[in-house]
This record gives sequence, structure tokens and C-alpha cells, in this order.
Amino acid sequence: MERSVKLTIDGKRIEVPAGTLVINAAKAAGIEIPAFCYYEGLALQAACRMCLVEVEKTPKLLTACTLVAQDGMVVHTETPAVVQARKAMLEFLLTNHPLDCPVCDKGGECELQDMVFRYGAGESRFLEQKVHTEERQFSPLVYFDAPRCILCYRCVRICDEGLGVKALGVVHRGVYTEIGPNRGDHLECDECGMCIDICPVGALTSGRYRYKTRPWEMEHVGTVCAHCSNGCKTTLGVRNGAIIRANNRDRSGLNGEFLCIKGRFGFDFVEHPERLRTPLVRESGELKPVSWVEAIGLVARRFGEIRAAGASIGVIGSSRTTNEENYYLQKFARQVLGTNHIDHHRTGDVVALVDALAGRTGALATTGDLYRMRAALVIASDLAQQQPFLAFQLRANWRHHGLRLYAVTPGPVREDQYAVRSVRCRPGEELEAVEALRAELRNEAELVVLFGDAIQGEKVHRLVAFGDSLGIPVKYVCLVDYANSRGAADMGLLPDLLPGYRPVSEAGLAPGMTLAEMLAAPDLGALWVVGANPLARASLAAEFAFVVVQDLFLTETARRADVVLPAASAYEKNGTVTNVCGEIQQLFKALEIPGTKTDLEIFGLLARAMRADTGPAQPAKVFEEIRRTVPGYNVALPILAAGGAVPSSPLNGRVPVNWRPGLIRSARDTLFTSGSLGRYSQALNSVTEAPGELYRG
Amino acid sequence: MLYNEPHPLEVRVLTRRFGLPNSQSIDTYLATEGYVGFRKALEMPPERIIEEVKISNLRGRGGAGFPAGLKWSFVPRESPLPKYVVVNADEGEPGTCKDRVLMENDPHQLIEGMLIAARAVGAETGYIYVRGEYRYIIDTLDRAIAEAYARGYLGRNILGTGMNFDVYTHTGAGSYECGEESALLESLEGKRGQPRIRPPFPAVSGAFGCPTVLNNVETFCAVPAILRDGGAAFAALGTPRNGGTRLFALSGHINRPGVYELPMGFNLLRMIEEVGGGVRGGRKLKAVIPGGTSCPVLKAEECDVAMDFDSVAKAGSMLGSGGVIIMDETTDMVKVAVRVMRFYEHESCGWCVPCREGTIWLRKILERLDAGRGQSSDIDLIAEVSRNMLGRTFCPLGDAAAMPTISYVEKFREEFEARLPKKIPVEAPLVVV
Repeated sequence: MERSVKLTIDGKRIEVPAGTLVINAAKAAGIEIPAFCYYEGLALQAACRMCLVEVEKTPKLLTACTLVAQDGMVVHTETPAVVQARKAMLEFLLTNHPLDCPVCDKGGECELQDMVFRYGAGESRFLEQKVHTEERQFSPLVYFDAPRCILCYRCVRICDEGLGVKALGVVHRGVYTEIGPNRGDHLECDECGMCIDICPVGALTSGRYRYKTRPWEMEHVGTVCAHCSNGCKTTLGVRNGAIIRANNRDRSGLNGEFLCIKGRFGFDFVEHPERLRTPLVRESGELKPVSWVEAIGLVARRFGEIRAAGASIGVIGSSRTTNEENYYLQKFARQVLGTNHIDHHRTGDVVALVDALAGRTGALATTGDLYRMRAALVIASDLAQQQPFLAFQLRANWRHHGLRLYAVTPGPVREDQYAVRSVRCRPGEELEAVEALRAELRNEAELVVLFGDAIQGEKVHRLVAFGDSLGIPVKYVCLVDYANSRGAADMGLLPDLLPGYRPVSEAGLAPGMTLAEMLAAPDLGALWVVGANPLARASLAAEFAFVVVQDLFLTETARRADVVLPAASAYEKNGTVTNVCGEIQQLFKALEIPGTKTDLEIFGLLARAMRADTGPAQPAKVFEEIRRTVPGYNVALPILAAGGAVPSSPLNGRVPVNWRPGLIRSARDTLFTSGSLGRYSQALNSVTEAPGELYRG
Repeated sequence: MLYNEPHPLEVRVLTRRFGLPNSQSIDTYLATEGYVGFRKALEMPPERIIEEVKISNLRGRGGAGFPAGLKWSFVPRESPLPKYVVVNADEGEPGTCKDRVLMENDPHQLIEGMLIAARAVGAETGYIYVRGEYRYIIDTLDRAIAEAYARGYLGRNILGTGMNFDVYTHTGAGSYECGEESALLESLEGKRGQPRIRPPFPAVSGAFGCPTVLNNVETFCAVPAILRDGGAAFAALGTPRNGGTRLFALSGHINRPGVYELPMGFNLLRMIEEVGGGVRGGRKLKAVIPGGTSCPVLKAEECDVAMDFDSVAKAGSMLGSGGVIIMDETTDMVKVAVRVMRFYEHESCGWCVPCREGTIWLRKILERLDAGRGQSSDIDLIAEVSRNMLGRTFCPLGDAAAMPTISYVEKFREEFEARLPKKIPVEAPLVVV
């Protein structure tokens, strides 16, 4: 067992593990020691001098952020000497700090403001001229106001230690010291905005949020990011029905404080001028706006006719819509439309992994495991580009626990910075390169394996067999692309599998066509595309097929449609999504875009128009059904309701795998692209695309 | 080169070769008992070397006066990490110019001191971190290093003993802060010259995270004599707990400014009157900064003090780096305070709040006061801002700025008050009838 030490802080006897810093020991006892530069998880600075405390038998005040608790230590955190020192530090900080709180973005949620409120003097004794420099734009998203900066270096540390980007540094000296960007006058970085959120004052501000609102004028809605599969919780600041900002300053959710550019800035697609706000129906070759009643009526009638005529109906679901919507869609397709031609854009072979892991439990890694496990193997994925939160977790694990990371990739990846082994291999030869690491991996205590679409079909089985051969506990993450890619598979948006990976034969059905087969079928009667854009890279063979598209924008696919139904985005609905690691989280509706409906609402309207009984189209009711019927989804509701993440555990049995080449293909999004949503985000489009350049030497 | 004539009262141990023809060359060095101490050290077990340095009562000549032998003994010899010997030649304290003459005139003495330290702790690499402004001294040092390599005193298998030791010179970039040992190490490693959180101290985790002996030039230069003549002989030159001699740099209003090697404990007044030839122009002595500008000032009546670490501390100041600045009765103490604070404001690295913000604030108040735009509350404010810095900064630079300032205000308060704008007396309300 870990040795513990006993100390006294403000008269409270406290026992903490040896090595605990006094600032944390105090926190554990409910005593807050103020600090600007100290930030949990980052390197120590001892620069702000706010955490000075009195320690008995020590002549000078000591910084609690660097002081390691010792047996018998007696600490006082609120003596007159300590309070006087804090007051003095705040006075120093304010000497050259502009008192522009009324127009500062941070006003109202500024740590300096809070501290001055608690300890500061009412009057300034500073009669001299303040040092002033002009505000600078570091990037389209990051602005820097040097006079407001209190030089706590949190931004420098999060960028270096947290992200591995090192885009921020320190220039000049003395009172003229400033935070500087890596390219002299501008930033070239991940544009994640972590530096903005971590800034205790208004020195680093967001290019999207600055001067737009006072923080207390917003409603704060904690929901899940709409973009990649990592499932970061993002708190949307909403005012007058518009999202003003997104962040996760409260460090809640599985991602803690982490958000990448998409989660923090990429919400603006919601209000893009090209957003569809009314249903469209093709009339004499052109899409014309119509009412919802008319559009739904048309779709219901045509679906009924096509079904009656015995023509095949293809259904392509979304990797962004909620579990409830995905579940309802496949149920609708199978029960009402009588079709099993159901698929979605598959970006990772989750099915093969579920099959390969049949019969065992706890073999799917959670995002928490990525922070805790002792060793990791990354196969054929550029995590920093495609799975930014997972990359952050692994790096944090390395920093805090000395994670041993192995990277087997075709090109350089940021993980090379700290990997114990980086192996370059030709695309397609990843598995061979991994198998060559057998001797090294055997010596690890445990391993988490993350693999992209390079490992699919039979290769997944080979990979799991390799993992078994190591003789150590191994967990897996099958990397997928989008916010609910995993949920789409779990909910049975598959031609051969029902929700929970049960074979369609259980329902007395024969496997249907895959996505590619539907597009290639010349005699397809109808194609129903929900939140997907398959025609971006392929064409539809069935020239006369009746095409219905539900989407936010007039995508390539929507342009081919006979009926386009304007759908609500993830930020405009309730429901649940499942992230890449199988963790279920709840979406909370932040706003409504007039004219749009959620996909679930649309399904409900269609069902009613077709006089079908597929149950109530309400997220909570549908999720109840999912909990009852889908293996692994019978999760605790209170955790979800409170904004937590609950791991799901898929079917624990063999899955009939019907794999063929070309079935699974990642979209290869980068940090600054996000499928069709990314195209409509001004923030994502405003930054320089530099994929892969950041960590090349 | 030499900047002043030697004085008969000097006890020339470290400066014994000064003035010899080609005093920098290894031939001169070897002809005058050079590398004798190192050869002796080669015969001794490492613990004995450290013991000898402890016996010598040699205290760090950089300013803090920490016992050198004790510092060396903290280096974990058994550590599997490589060990380093680093020389602090970032001589930046205003009023101090002793390391410069030691390196200019007798570079081999420094190399020998490093060799003995390396032998004592098992180091194979040494660095001399030379102040940026001393670039020309790097040439002198590099020539001496090359000579030492050529004669087998540096490199592989030194003198056939199997000992390896390489020495490199490294130039600073013009920052006073890099004279602080942990900031020096950061700078040496190619990083921004900012101090490190301590502990761990350099002895345990110094250059490149490895155990490191880090001392001032003068400290290393004293070591060859200690090994050659014995620690006791060196100790006997000084006072109890303050072994040996020390180089004092006399500057300011004095007739014979220069660097003089005098025994520890030499009386300050005598130093001024006899060694320095008295106050310039026969004026009265007003004040003395005894060890560089970071030390509190001593008024003339406080100057009857023995110049060793303990006695000067008792007198309320510090022996510091040996830079003795003499000020005569014509000296404007407000201007002194302004000048000193300008220096510390310029040199504050910006790392921690009180030093970064305090030095510029103090400079601005002092300048305003000096310009006659002060107000009566400013004088107390100067003292209070200084006290708010004192003991609360990340490294001693903040103290170095605060301590002397407090002393100027307290000891010469009337001069600060005299600078305040004259109050216009208002005897009766002015009523226009």
C-alpha cells in the first residue's frame, strides 16, 4: 500500500498519500488555496505566488503548489501574513493589468476578478503609466491581448504538454514578457482553443466569441459534440436561440477540459445560410419548396406504391443521428417498408471486432482505459488528426503514468514524439509489422490496441488472435469516424444484423444489400437516405429510383433527391449517441432551427402517414425500448441524465460476419474537416489546413 | 591584463600569477606549481578531496557563501547518471569584476579547479558558462583548454590515470538572471533563462537532469591552492568559518579602484583607506555597498566591519560577490536607488509576479520622485512595495531588488523627503472681497 503522511492544515488533521502537494492536500480537506499558475495535470510553475502559505517552523511563506506534504507539517492558509501576501500579489498583478472588465470577454468568469473580489484592495496605489501593447490576432480563432495576461503559462503548458504541439512560447523578459505564437506573428497549430479556455483571464480570446455577449446572458447546455466519434462533452453557450460558443470549462464529461477545434468552434454549421429550412420536392426537374404536410404525404404515398409494386427499397442511415433515430429507422424499414436493404457508411469494422471478441467481457477499452492502461498500440491511424481526444488521453497517460506507446503507421504521427517504438510500414502491411513486435509487446503488463480501417474483416480476427498470443490482458478500440458511427452499427443499420449484432435470420429475414450494392442496383425502386451523402463519391445506378433525403444541407445526394426533408442537427435534439469506445451519452437540445424537424420526428410523421404502428417517436420512449431489447444498452439512466457516459457492452456471442472488400472505408477526415458538416463550418474553413505538418521534425 | 597595481596588503593566493609574463599559458602555469593540486587529488580518494575542501572553509564566492565542500558532498557519486561540473562565469552583479580578471590572467587555475571537482564527484564533462559580454574571455579560455588537452590534462585517460574529462565554454546571452544557478542550467541546456523550482538542487538534478557541481569562478579557482597547500592552510588565511582570501573589486569614489585579493575578514574601512587609497578627492565617506548592488547599503558609520560573510550579515548587509562600491558625501542616494532599480527592472526575467511587476513599479515611483513629482506617501510606498516582494519571489532576484531599496529609503529617508515638491503654505483662506 502507498505510504501516507499526516499533516495539519488550518487546524484540520489530514492524511494524504506521500508525495501529495499541500495545495491538493488542502483541497481534499475542503480548503481552497488560490492559485493562477497551478493547474492540475500540468507541470508546476510556482510563478504566480498566490498560493503562499504559512508553515510552522519555516521563516518564509512557501508556495503550496510546490510544497510536498510531510508528516507533522502544520500549515496555515488564511493567516494575516498569508492574506496580506495574496493582497500584495493581486496588487502587483493589477498594476499593469487593464481594468477593462466591462468589455472583457472574461468579465464575470475571470479568475483574477474573483480573486480581487475576495482579497483585493478597493483602491489602487499605482499612479504610473501602465505598460500597454496592442491586441494581436494569432489566428482566425485565437486573439491575444498581452496587457491582460498575468503570465501563468497555462496556455504554454497545455499546448506543449497536453497537445504536444508547442505552438505557444514565451518571448521578451521582465514586465515585457509575452506569450508568443510559434510562427512569429501567427499560430500554426491544431487551433483547438485549449489555450483560450485554460486562460484564467481575458488574455487569450476566441475569434468566434469575442465581444459577442456577457457570459451570464447565455444559457449553458451540456451536450455531445456533433463531429467525430470521440464523443466529447461540449457545453454550448446559447443566447437568443443561437450558439455563441462551446467549451468545457467545467471539466465535466469523459473529455474533461479537452475539446478540439470541431468541438469548440465547429458548431457554426448550424446557422449556415445554406441550411435547409423547408422541405423540397422535385417538380419538372427542379426542387421546389413545399409544406411538411405535402412532402410527408408524397413520401408516404410513393413508399406505399413502390412497396406494393414489389420494387426494392434501399435505406441508408446516418453515422451522426442518435441511437433512437437509428433504431427507429431500421425498425421502420424492416417492419413498415419490409426491406432489409439497410446500411450506413461504415468507417471501421466494429462488427468483426464484436465477433472476434465473442465470449469475453471487458475487452473493449473505454476512453478512461486509454488514460490508465500501461501500454498502447496504435495501428494505422493518425490519432492527432482523426481521433483528437483519444490522442490527448494517451498523451496524458504518458505524462502522468508513463504510458508505453507503440505506433505502427504508414507515415509520421504525433505519437512518435513519445512512443517507445515507432514503426513505419507500407499500407496494407500493418498487421505484419504489428506481429513483428510480438517479443516486445509480450513484456508489457497490459495493452490497449487502437486500429483503424486498415484492419478489417479477417485481419481483425488475426489481430485479436495476436493479442491473445501475447499472454497479457489486451483491450481494443475499433476506430470509427463520426459522432454515432458506433451507434449506427450497434442499432442495426446493417443489412445482415439487427440491433445488438443479432443475425437477421432471427427475425426470419434474409440479408439485404449493402450500401455499395444498393447504389449499384439498376432496379432499385426507392432510396431513402437519412443524414448521409453517399453520392459524394459514387453514383446511383437506378436512374428512376425515388430518392428521399433527410439532411441539413443540399448535399450531392440531396441534389439528386425527389424529396428533401430538412433535418435538425445533433445540437437541436435530445437522444443518445455512442462514441468510438462504446460509451453512451445523452444529447441535450440547445436550440431549434425553424423549419427543421429531427429525424425521429420525421420518422414519426411518416409512420403516421403510412398508418404504421412503430411506437411513439419520442427519444425517451424509444430509448426505453432500446434498453429492453438491445444487448448491452440496459444502462443506468440517471448517469446519462446527469451528462455522464456509460459504457455499453455489445452482444457476447458470435456474429455472422459478411465481410467483402470495399465494405469499410474511413472518410480520412483531418482535424479541420468533418464530412459534410465541416464544409459548412466557417470556423473550420477559416484555418490553414496543415495536416501532418505540425509534427514533422 | 591587469587593471590596477597590486597592493602590499594583498595576500596573493588566487592572483599569485597575475603580472607574470604569459600568465595565461600552461608553461607559466606549470612553472608555478600549476596542476600540483590536481596531481595530488589524483592520489586521493574522492571523499578525501571533498573533506579537504570542507576543512578549507571555502564558501561560495558567487555571493550566497554556501560552504563549497558541503555542496560537493551532496552529489550522489553512486548515481548511474553522468555528472557535470559547471562553472558560473556569468559575472553580472554591478560592481563585481573579479571572475573576469581570474579568467583573463590565469585560466588554467580555473581548469585545474574544475578537474579537482570532477575527480571528487566523478564527472567527465565540464562547462564554463561565460557571461555574454565576456565573449573575448572565451578565446582566452578556449586557448587554455586547447593547451590542457595538448598536455594531457584534459580529454581521455588524463595523465595516464584513466580519468576522462572534457571542458566546453558556453556563452550566455546577456541576462543577469542566468547567473542564478538554475537559470544558468536552463540557459546552458538551450532553454529560456528562467530559474527552476528547487528542490531538487543542482547537486542532485542539475545540467540535463544529472548531478552537477555548480560553483562560481572564484570558488573553483581557490580549489587548486587548497589541494596543493592543504585545506587547513587555506582556512588559516581567513577567519573562523570563512576560509581563505577573497577578491574584492573596489569601485566608485575611491582613489585606487581595482581588484584586490585580501584575507577574509579584512576590515572594510581599512580596505577603503589603505588598499583603495581613500575616498576620491579627500571627501567624506557617505556609504558603501559591500558586495554588489543587491546588498543593502552601509552608512559610513556602519563601515567598521570585518569583510566576511558572517560579520557583514551581522551589520545588516551581505558580503555578496565582493563588489565594493564606495560613495562619497556628494552622492545623491535617490539617484543611486533609481539607477539600481533600473538595473533590476531590466534584468527581471518576468517569471514570477512580485519581481516582474514590483521592479518596474519601484523604478517608476523612484524616477517620478527623483524628477520632483513625488508625493509624501511615495516614500512609504517604496518601502512597502519592496517588502511585498521580499521573500516572496521565485528566485533571489526579487530580494536583490527589494533589500537594497529598503535600505536606501530607511537609511537616507531625509534625502527622499527633500525630493518632494515644496508645499505652498496656505496661511489663511484666500478670499476675494
